[in-house]
Amino acid sequence: MLIRMEQRPEPSKSMVYVSPLIAVVLTILTAMVMFEIMGVDPVRAIVTFFIEPISSLNGFAELCVKATPLVLIGVGLSFGFQANVWNIGAEGQLTIGALAGGGLALAFYNDEFALLLPLMLIAGVAGGMAWAAIPALLKTRFNTNEILTSLMLTYVALLVLSYLVHGPWKDPDGQNFPESRLFNAAAMLPVLIEETRLNVGWLLALLVVAAGWVLMARHIIGFQIKVIGMAPMAASFAGYKEKRLVWLTLLISGGCAGLAGTIELSGAIGQIVPVISPGYGFTAIIVVFLGRLHPLGVLLAGLLMALTYLGGDSAQITMNLPNAVTGVFQGMLLFFLLASDVLIKYRFRLGAPSVAKEAGE
Amino acid sequence: MSDTPRLELVGITKTYPGVVANNDVSLKIMPGEIHALLGENGAGKSTLVKFIYGVQKADSGTMSWEGNEITVANPNAARRLGIGMVFQHFSLFDAMTVEENIALGISPELAKGDLAGRIREVSAQYGLPLDPGRYVHTLSVGERQRIEVVRCLLQDPQLLIMDEPTSVLTPQEVDELFKTLRRLSEEDVSILYISHKLEEIKALCHAATIMRMGEVVAHCTPANETARSMAEMMMGDSLVSPERGDRTVGGAVKLELRNLSTASTHQHGTDLDGINLQVRAGEIVGIAGIAGNGQRELMEVLSGEVLVSDADAIRIDDKPVGRLGPIDRRVIGTGLVPEERLGHGAVPDMSLWENGLLSAATRMHMVRNGFIQVGVATKYAEDVVERFRVKTPGVTHTASSLSGGNLQKFIIGREIMQDPGVIVALQPTWGVDAGSAASIRQELIDLAAGGAAVLVVSQDLEELFEISDRIAVICEGRLSTAKPSETMTVEQIGLLMAGVSEEEAAHAH
Repeated sequence: MLIRMEQRPEPSKSMVYVSPLIAVVLTILTAMVMFEIMGVDPVRAIVTFFIEPISSLNGFAELCVKATPLVLIGVGLSFGFQANVWNIGAEGQLTIGALAGGGLALAFYNDEFALLLPLMLIAGVAGGMAWAAIPALLKTRFNTNEILTSLMLTYVALLVLSYLVHGPWKDPDGQNFPESRLFNAAAMLPVLIEETRLNVGWLLALLVVAAGWVLMARHIIGFQIKVIGMAPMAASFAGYKEKRLVWLTLLISGGCAGLAGTIELSGAIGQIVPVISPGYGFTAIIVVFLGRLHPLGVLLAGLLMALTYLGGDSAQITMNLPNAVTGVFQGMLLFFLLASDVLIKYRFRLGAPSVAKEAGE
Repeated sequence: MSDTPRLELVGITKTYPGVVANNDVSLKIMPGEIHALLGENGAGKSTLVKFIYGVQKADSGTMSWEGNEITVANPNAARRLGIGMVFQHFSLFDAMTVEENIALGISPELAKGDLAGRIREVSAQYGLPLDPGRYVHTLSVGERQRIEVVRCLLQDPQLLIMDEPTSVLTPQEVDELFKTLRRLSEEDVSILYISHKLEEIKALCHAATIMRMGEVVAHCTPANETARSMAEMMMGDSLVSPERGDRTVGGAVKLELRNLSTASTHQHGTDLDGINLQVRAGEIVGIAGIAGNGQRELMEVLSGEVLVSDADAIRIDDKPVGRLGPIDRRVIGTGLVPEERLGHGAVPDMSLWENGLLSAATRMHMVRNGFIQVGVATKYAEDVVERFRVKTPGVTHTASSLSGGNLQKFIIGREIMQDPGVIVALQPTWGVDAGSAASIRQELIDLAAGGAAVLVVSQDLEELFEISDRIAVICEGRLSTAKPSETMTVEQIGLLMAGVSEEEAAHAH
């Protein structure tokens, strides 16, 4: 008996949702094998990785704090990805957004006024949009590939950050550490649960999820985005303007990333540091696909990915495992997800194919 | 002729997931016989041919060649056996010469030596004029087909399979092709001729096998049948011809093209060159022409997907619309049916109600403050499905789950129910089963009867004669004067399609 793969008559709708679960299970099983080879008790490692970090209120709060940028960026990227606009530079847009919002906090470090925080958030969105506008302009004017331009701009953004914290924005009283002044209280997002870092940023992320869901499912803009991604000719037939949608999706994803950057500074960090994001902008790409390009899915996937960050930390601390384990987890997850997605269009069947003889001779 | 069939298929069965493409199909072709394989789209003709040519395996059944049972593993094996095939869609490289293209498609041994000489020899022998040194992009579609035929003939085939060979030819070119095929038949070459053009089959073929829903439903001798009787065997149902009815033509001019010229936006496309045309209320105007002569470009400028620089070149209801995009043109009452159903006229993976929204959103008020009124859109799609008898379990099913004919009925219905004053349809019944085609034509006639101006661009002359009040011909981006269809002959249209001037064509009787 052979196992063979055959095409389904219609793509399976349930497999769209089952496939991420298969990927998670396969990732955990493979990780256990990896731990076994590393000479670590696999069960204990998995518990340390996935259960321990969220076994306390503080752990749960941290999970939401880490998930906030992933979810925000993920929802933004999902628009572009549905329209076949591949913004790979969310990390850079996050950085520039953070600098715009954080720069405002530094400019008014002496003045505590209530409007400062909202202005910072708006500046963050604007900064992210401005950085995403560059690939949008290049794509609509010169037909350049946004994958390359947005990715390369990420490194430019990181160098801008590096220049600012090592130079003009360095804390004058900071003993020459490459860090800015601490933000004043008016520049910090209110904490939701005392004694934790869980802040209003999480609520903003949930709000963006809801807005994204409504826009995608019920608004004509979401419909246009889906049509242009699925059948560009049909979009042109309907009269949807492709360039407008390229601009729109890049600005939405850039704005969301910029907002995430500002929230990260004014919620979790409290000053501008040389490394604002441990790669949220890139991890969010995995989040989007794991979440099936759907805002609710992105929310769940964002929480799961945040857990791998926390798990990596706790595995480092309690079991002395290398930090690379986090990256391995995330990589495996994406790998298995892409593999499981084959099941959406194909299914496995038992049985031997008809025997083929060489012909003619 | 010997009594051993050249090719005999017995009990061929092939299933795809969810579909039985061929069920117990048997077929016998004698040496020198021109055998028609007849059936509607989706009847299983292509599956059967792919099996014969070694592209696909069957689940069960046997194939015998000259009386010996064989299995054809792949197209190379088929060619070694002596089976040649001319596909409906050519596989030629535009930037290469005829000789280079032929050399690429045959075995290296055959390509050695004086290939150009042999191409000339074969093409002269069979009346297929072809210059080996010409570049393919300079050739007409008919000439390109000759390359494919000559490529097959160089390999001394015993069986030649031709898949819808005349769909791209002018009537005159069809006659030339038939001469060649008859000649081959006299030389004992068998021909399997796949088509749904019944008059051609009557004129050319010695025998016919008719398929329906994956099964052989009849064998006949085409010469003893009428086109109608064969169509009915093909459909398994009696055919209702559209009723022209009485229409008052001569209303106001609804659609007018004034010296419309525009450069094609496609590579190797055709520029439109000074097109003039008026379509009046209640009138159906047909545009004939071979594919690739500017039909696509004409559709693009009429739909607004491509804007023309001179707004006045396209006028609807006496207003210039050349600079209006598709949404604005629909608002003023233009219905549009593109050639490609899946991917252009409809989004394959979206539901029917979403595909209704695609073109009817503004005119049918399906969007309020930017938000989609799902109820309105669903109701509209359901109305289209009901009135146009679209076979589907429901409007939440995807466009790709519908058969070609049903989806086309939905697309045409979606446009007609917006009550357009002008409708432009490109190949409205292309690849549609005969029953659906007849009902689509009837709907277009009824729409015109209701006072709309209808413009139909088609390669199917029978269709154009059946429904059009006037016919024009497009050739290399230029449009001939539209003349009443009863004053035009197939021969005249054929000459116009081939680019002969109107004066010369008018003298041909």
